[in-house]
Amino acid sequence: MAKDWPLWEIFIRGQYGLSHRHVGSLHAPDAEMAVLNARDVYTRRNEGVSLWVVKSADVTASAPSRKGPMFDPSNDKTYRHPTFFDIPDDVGSM
Amino acid sequence: MYAQEVKSTGKGVKAPEEMSVQERAFQARIDAGEKIEPKDWMPDGYRKNLVRQISQHGHSEVVGQLPEGNWITRAPTLERKAILLAKVQDEAGHGLYLYSAAETLGVSRADLIDDLLSGKAKYSSIFNYPTLNWADMGAVGWLVDGAAIVNQVALQRTSYGPYSRAMVRICKEESFHARQGFDIMMKMSSGTAAQKAMAQDALNRLWWPALMMFGPPDAESVHSAQSMAWKIKVMTNDEGRQKFVDQTIPQIEYLGLEVPDSAAKLNRETGHYSYSDPDWAEFFAVLKGNGPCNVDRLRARNIAHIEGAWFRDGLMAHAQKQQLAAE
Amino acid sequence: MFEFLLRMGDNTLVLGHRVSEWCGHAPVLEEDIALANIALDMIGQTRLWLGLAGEVEGQGREADALAFRRDAWDFRNLLLVERPNRDFGHTLMRQFLFDLWHHERLADLCLSEDDRVAGIVAKCVKEADYHLERSKDLIIRLGDGSEESHAKMQAALEALWPYVGEMFADDALDKKMAEQGIAPLPSSQKPRFDKALNEVLAKATLTRPESDFAQKGGRTGTHTEDLGHMLATMQFLQRAYPDARW
Repeated sequence: MAKDWPLWEIFIRGQYGLSHRHVGSLHAPDAEMAVLNARDVYTRRNEGVSLWVVKSADVTASAPSRKGPMFDPSNDKTYRHPTFFDIPDDVGSM
Repeated sequence: MYAQEVKSTGKGVKAPEEMSVQERAFQARIDAGEKIEPKDWMPDGYRKNLVRQISQHGHSEVVGQLPEGNWITRAPTLERKAILLAKVQDEAGHGLYLYSAAETLGVSRADLIDDLLSGKAKYSSIFNYPTLNWADMGAVGWLVDGAAIVNQVALQRTSYGPYSRAMVRICKEESFHARQGFDIMMKMSSGTAAQKAMAQDALNRLWWPALMMFGPPDAESVHSAQSMAWKIKVMTNDEGRQKFVDQTIPQIEYLGLEVPDSAAKLNRETGHYSYSDPDWAEFFAVLKGNGPCNVDRLRARNIAHIEGAWFRDGLMAHAQKQQLAAE
Repeated sequence: MFEFLLRMGDNTLVLGHRVSEWCGHAPVLEEDIALANIALDMIGQTRLWLGLAGEVEGQGREADALAFRRDAWDFRNLLLVERPNRDFGHTLMRQFLFDLWHHERLADLCLSEDDRVAGIVAKCVKEADYHLERSKDLIIRLGDGSEESHAKMQAALEALWPYVGEMFADDALDKKMAEQGIAPLPSSQKPRFDKALNEVLAKATLTRPESDFAQKGGRTGTHTEDLGHMLATMQFLQRAYPDARW
């Protein structure tokens, strides 16, 4: 028998209209129990309206050593941000 | 604090010229206030120290359920019972968050728990003291959680991301703990003569162990320097202790109780209170296993774990059956 | 009416206490936390039921006075809920049998003609719904789990089975409550309870005991020896320091 139940990552939607956010992890034997445990562990103070659980082993993360090539190239594309453009006040909101 | 005996792996802080390029870059990130995340490169010593500190912190929360759990079945009103139960439940939650943070460093919770149960891993000395009357529920929340909060608020700035985030969550939840404790103390110290005596008794017994929670004096704390440089520790033992004494003595006076230390006096120039040294021989004896409750605490955790094995295994067996059936 | 409210409130008081005895001693941290939530719900429900009982009685007794200053013979809970925790399987089976009954009971009481009762039930019913979901999931998993977990759950079911019948035995008070539209007869719940129970037991691969012998007395104040010990612990401070306020 495995020594420990698998680890699950827990995501909570705090209110309707917001995205699910990672809040932490816990152990559970299966997905349904993970949902119940997450309810008991992570919503004791009325923190959520919806839960996702994902087996930690199923999460693929980007490698920290690739941080430069992965994320730096978008640094110099300032024209993607609305503040790049100067629109005269007279035009009104845009 | 909740990790009073974290033995640092390095001999001392390395000078920049002794560090490898990687180590220097790592230290620079920490000095710049960046958070280190699980997959980032980190020195072995940093990882080892963190695992020890976070797991000791987690063990302290888990064992910390027991002294207060001792009074849940005897709580005097339905409301007090609910509050105490919710509080102890939070301790279990905090233990869980901390173990989760430790697990991001590549250790398993099962192994950490084994180390606790075998007596290999340590937990805070404070939880090896007994809770003998109802006012202890007040004193534990007020003094023990109060001391823990001083430390944990500082630890929100720790360099390791998952630890820091666990601290943020814990601090948010913990703020009710000290307040509920003080609320009990107010009720007791303004109650009948017997209640007031209980309040004073609880304070007398728990005051010194609370001071010890911050660990030995800085002058004797050999392992702190490296941890401070890595921002695993963000406040020295004496700094934390002084802060705690300064905030707590006026509260004792507010309650109309006697400060258990006749040397405690406000220095008007510095704004700090002086205080006597706790009995450090007792502290080291308790850490070694000779506190009043060490044996009982570990025994209780061992029984829970051993007698619960069939439950954990049974659920896992079901999950495996389901998985096989699905394949 | 007072007695009826005690029956509701004493169930949750006694079971909440039993569950709280686990605090810090459960098989795994996640379970410690989940059990505490159940106990907290039960204590909350107790405050509502006994609060209303005190009001109806009109003698100035509040929920705490009823919980901490009555002796065992004044308690009106089912014998099932005062049974000791024993092993964790016992605790879970007791919880499951109670939740199954409680969930149905509260569903019926939603329609009570007494607004105060219906008001309390509206708050409790969601909690009971969740408790039942969790209980069911655990019973099914442990029943159909390892050999050892199956054996433990079957043993727990057999040990607690004699305490199931009391939940559906109508007495004079029940008939009066039914006539006044406050609460339907407990016996009317039995078919629904049986159906739900059989479904769960089948999934859990557990065998329903054949005997329908029922231990009774809790609802009229004749309890098992265990309740007295429980109260000795629970009521200690209020009894030892009767003048104190906490």
